[in-house]
Amino acid sequence: MSQDKPISFTSRRAKDKTAYILVCIFSFLAMVPLFFILWDVVSKGYKNFNLRLFTEVTPSSVDALMARMNGDPIPGGILNGITGSLLIVGLAILISIPLGLSIGIYLSEHRGKRFAGTISYLTDLLQGMPSIVIGIIAYAWVVKPLGGYSALAGSVALAIMMLPMIVRSTEETMNMLPTSYKEAGLALGSSYTNVVFKILLPSGFGGIFTGILLAISRVMGETAPLMLTALGASVVNWKLMEPTSAIPLLIWDFYNDPNLVDLIWSSSLLLLIVIFLLNWVAKIVARKWKV
Amino acid sequence: MKDKIFRLFLFVAALLVLVLAAAIVYALVSRSSEAFQEYGILEFMTNAEWDPRSATEEYGALSFILGTLYTAFFALLLCIPFALSVALFNGVYFKEKKIAGVVRSVVDLLAGIPSIVYGLWGFYTVRPLVIDLGVNAQGFGIFLSSIVLAIMIIPYASSLSSEFLSMVPNNLKEGAYSLGATRFEVVQHVSMPMASSGIVASFILALGRALGETMAVTMLIGNTNRIPHGLRDTGNTMASVIANQFGEADGLKLSALIAIGLLLFIITAVINLIAKLVMKKLSHA
Repeated sequence: MSQDKPISFTSRRAKDKTAYILVCIFSFLAMVPLFFILWDVVSKGYKNFNLRLFTEVTPSSVDALMARMNGDPIPGGILNGITGSLLIVGLAILISIPLGLSIGIYLSEHRGKRFAGTISYLTDLLQGMPSIVIGIIAYAWVVKPLGGYSALAGSVALAIMMLPMIVRSTEETMNMLPTSYKEAGLALGSSYTNVVFKILLPSGFGGIFTGILLAISRVMGETAPLMLTALGASVVNWKLMEPTSAIPLLIWDFYNDPNLVDLIWSSSLLLLIVIFLLNWVAKIVARKWKV
Repeated sequence: MKDKIFRLFLFVAALLVLVLAAAIVYALVSRSSEAFQEYGILEFMTNAEWDPRSATEEYGALSFILGTLYTAFFALLLCIPFALSVALFNGVYFKEKKIAGVVRSVVDLLAGIPSIVYGLWGFYTVRPLVIDLGVNAQGFGIFLSSIVLAIMIIPYASSLSSEFLSMVPNNLKEGAYSLGATRFEVVQHVSMPMASSGIVASFILALGRALGETMAVTMLIGNTNRIPHGLRDTGNTMASVIANQFGEADGLKLSALIAIGLLLFIITAVINLIAKLVMKKLSHA
């Protein structure tokens, strides 16, 4: 505060008040879009949000057009997308959790060392990678060599996205645990393996599980990498080597097909419910099992 | 013995990250080499022509590079007042108050909404408003994409900034208060300068997000393969052209699209590196 002339107290007060009010207004405005988006999705989506959505596969464009012309509700649901999302995300979880936990434990155990620092930096790099580039990678690694689009390729893409998130949350949780936990276990003659599985992982359960749930919720709505890998399918598919649909992929299809437009919002509503539920559970877990 | 195997396993897992990163670079480089060999790296980056017709086939990335920079930087500019306000709200003005928790939760939810839902909302709700504003006839374009992008990156910029703001030591702020400073003066002369590197870093990271964002932009930018003339114009970003044209691409076109992916990867990697360096400066200060 190096002004030459003293500034009057009233003008300083006025400035202070103005800044305060502006911060409040802009913060409020920043939250407004969420409510608009939720309102849009809920108000347009609830009409077609029924049992049919969960039990029937996507109708063909022609069937949907006929129903539209007759004024009937759209004949079908997104069962193929729901099962596809379960398959693709499920496999991505199976791939990324064991790896993510191991890497996180390693980084926490060797923190401050050069190799761990390099790995840590690369993890950040992976986390910042655009999802479409990860789609290209899975295309190059899985789709091309195996000769076709597949659920497996989609899972690989999503697993690459989940991995850095799980590594980070595991590492941070492990770093927060008191060193005395580990030392006490080792002092009692327990093996390092036992210390990790019987002491460290259980005590860090809350933080790690929260991180996993958030990672799942993040990839649940991913569309771009799946377009390049899983491609989509109009039937329910449980085979790993076949093209498979997913809820976000279906939303993209509906967006591009004017006859199926009625299903856009109910699918989006379902997707948002799943994602917010995962976020909510994550929050509860984080509070309940606080490290 | 069991311990040795377990420790070895952990090491191998960590090593895998290194392998993964190397394999990513290798996959991108090897699959894009055809395009780079055909045109040369510099030529590819400075050519604005994107013409997939087989008779006059020619590929250059300049239109998409510029489209990406326009949308991302305009989005960053738009998001600054909002993200900074949220950061100050949570990290300074209402630090550790209940209302800050509410604002944080709401903004976090904003980060949870999938890109494709943002795209739908932009298409059905924001686009008519942009048309009413008279930006252009169809509503699609840089302007529309940037508005939606700005909303999408607010959570990324604000959550990290507020963390850095809340870490400013209390005794410094109290010192300023005791000298008679108003709250705004404390923010202006103590909190903001102390947290400046952290705030800059979080906005750089948000910029990285905006550069790579795909679905929402693909749905809103208009997808024209030429250099956008100003904010009202339509265009394509690097991510959106890949999303749009990858499916039907093969041969040289596929290689050119992957080359764009490689460039995008390099840009975001550099952005992340810069953010990291800025933050490092902070921890030394």
